[in-house]
Amino acid sequence: MNSLHSSGQLWRGMTQRRLGRRDALRMGGLASFSAFLAACGVKGQGNPGASAPAPDAVAKFWEGKTATKHVDVASWPLYMDPKQPELKAFTSETGITVNYQEVIQEMGPWFAKVQPQLAAKQPIGFDIQIITNGVQFKQFKDSGFLAPLDLAKLPNYAKNAGPAYKNEAFDPGNVYSVPWTSGITGIAYDPAKTGREITKLADLWDPKFKGKVGMFSDTQELANFGLLVLGIDPGKSTPDDWKKAADKLKEQKSQGILRNYYDQSYIDALGKGEVWITQAWSGDVFQKNVSEGKNFKFIIPEEGGTIWTDNFSIPITAPNAVSALTLIDYFYRPEVATDVAAYINYVTPVPATQELMKQKAAAATGDDKKTLTAVAESPLVFPTEADYAKLHYYRNFATPAEYQDFQRVFEPVVLG
Amino acid sequence: MSRLRRNLAPYLLVLPGGLWLLLFFAVPMITMLSLSLQQGDIVNGYAFTGHWQTYVDAIGNYRTQLFRSLLYGAIATIALIVLAFPVAYWIAFYGGRRKATYLFLLLLPFFVSFVLRTISWRQILTDEGPVLGPLKDIGLLGDSFHVLGTPFAVIAGLVYNFLPFMVLPVYVALERIDPRVIEAARDLYADPATAFRKVILPLALPGVFAGVLMTFVPASSDYVNSAVLGSSSTTMIGQVIQAQYLATADYPTASALSFVLMAVLLIGVFTYARALGTEDVMKVAAR
Repeated sequence: MNSLHSSGQLWRGMTQRRLGRRDALRMGGLASFSAFLAACGVKGQGNPGASAPAPDAVAKFWEGKTATKHVDVASWPLYMDPKQPELKAFTSETGITVNYQEVIQEMGPWFAKVQPQLAAKQPIGFDIQIITNGVQFKQFKDSGFLAPLDLAKLPNYAKNAGPAYKNEAFDPGNVYSVPWTSGITGIAYDPAKTGREITKLADLWDPKFKGKVGMFSDTQELANFGLLVLGIDPGKSTPDDWKKAADKLKEQKSQGILRNYYDQSYIDALGKGEVWITQAWSGDVFQKNVSEGKNFKFIIPEEGGTIWTDNFSIPITAPNAVSALTLIDYFYRPEVATDVAAYINYVTPVPATQELMKQKAAAATGDDKKTLTAVAESPLVFPTEADYAKLHYYRNFATPAEYQDFQRVFEPVVLG
Repeated sequence: MSRLRRNLAPYLLVLPGGLWLLLFFAVPMITMLSLSLQQGDIVNGYAFTGHWQTYVDAIGNYRTQLFRSLLYGAIATIALIVLAFPVAYWIAFYGGRRKATYLFLLLLPFFVSFVLRTISWRQILTDEGPVLGPLKDIGLLGDSFHVLGTPFAVIAGLVYNFLPFMVLPVYVALERIDPRVIEAARDLYADPATAFRKVILPLALPGVFAGVLMTFVPASSDYVNSAVLGSSSTTMIGQVIQAQYLATADYPTASALSFVLMAVLLIGVFTYARALGTEDVMKVAAR
């Protein structure tokens, strides 16, 4: 006890002398503390030149990279037959094993999740990620997180991809991405519950469906519908339009019409009867109906819907980049693309599939025949010119600041 | 030499714990403080600018969620006291030889993961689930009636998930009461109610206080219950912070909100301690 006591005195003795210069020390301490605070900055990967990469970027990235026997794929739910027949065929043909994970539910969280690893030049555990052409695509691109693709190693893509998919506005020349599939954002509903046909966006604001309406929590998806219902083209919208749209969306919430904002989980909410009518992605409803024997419907609203593209991209730190390219190219074989489209019911980037699907339908019997014929004629898988006319593209934000302004308008709506 | 060693011994003993705290408490806190004062965006990076305005904006934009969280936390805590006290009382005084068994039964559901338990409530309470479905079929409830997505569901989830954290401290406080003290009260002509009010309750209060600390703080900052059982009109501050960190990557706002929440909770806890006449919060909590 005594020794403890004296040790306290010893320490006080050791520190007392410095107390004389307390002020100087405090100032110094403060200065070094704020220097420390400043040192905690988060490094960005800002690289404005990334959109127009150096001519030798492709050669430089792929130099010395060799084929491996495994590929990890990060994808979304409802994007492949759970039995993965295409991947099994791929493995038995090439000997490359594929670990296919449905880890992406929404783009914002996905970017936020992998950003720290990519910024630290660490692998993210995936060699392919399927990302949407929205805001986060630009963030991935501008941060220099995407490997420049060696298009020479994608012969099937070159041969079979539709012309519209070879030069999309968000990635001209397919420098960083090639499309996996496109889809339409529209309205899904349960006719048994709504008791009538749904045709327009305004139905999402109908007080009759109080507490039974779902919307997306992705700010861009949500904002698009808020704008379209007011007759504003999202691509040409101004910050004033955003505020009007946000007010319209808040109205939906404050009147208790809205049940909740959803990510990919909206489809479960629809399946459980939690919502009767909801913002939805085109292929999901078809798969839900097939797998659970439901009778939900999907429509492109009169006021318009949006079309987006989900893209294969290779993270810059991917350890199996070469095999990843092999797998990507495999999905551009018309027969593989046909099988995928027939199951997931999204717009395929390989136009030859429609003919193939019709042939398959002709050869099939029973339920298979019915399903295949329906898919081959479905405007949701093979949209016509008239359908495209009703569809809008995502807004491309010129600068991060513009996107931040947009977020500040719509984020408080989602997090209200 | 040995004297010096003896003198240093207590500091050396503190060293591992101290380093641990420094590494996993002080460093993250300072990093977060720094983050909250930075400006920029996720692509170009954030840089320290001492921008306090973030705090003003964050509170301005999300004060509703902050108040809502404190309100939900407070209601849940009160409900927990009401529910947990009788349970703890019964186990402590009437549990007999099976006390341990009852406590184990109480804890049993909590061997399953927090999120999983909450999700299973979602399955049970869903609009056409095993509870509401039949009631709707026989016409007892309207077609659009729902429990999920309401404040009630969120608060009920909080109460359910934090129940043991209230029962256990109260039980410990009650369990240590010497039965002879109660007998003495009865001998001095106190009826059971008076004995409870004047003897048992004051002795149990430190347990209740510890329980409140262990439930109010995590319940107010919880984000799982509201995310799983709630809707867009029950958003709690924890969800906002989570979304700012992990969806929009707006680190400064997220960090600022974290500090605001922490400050509000600390002020709340100390005010509560003062009101209760408990001078030393930590001493009581440690009991």
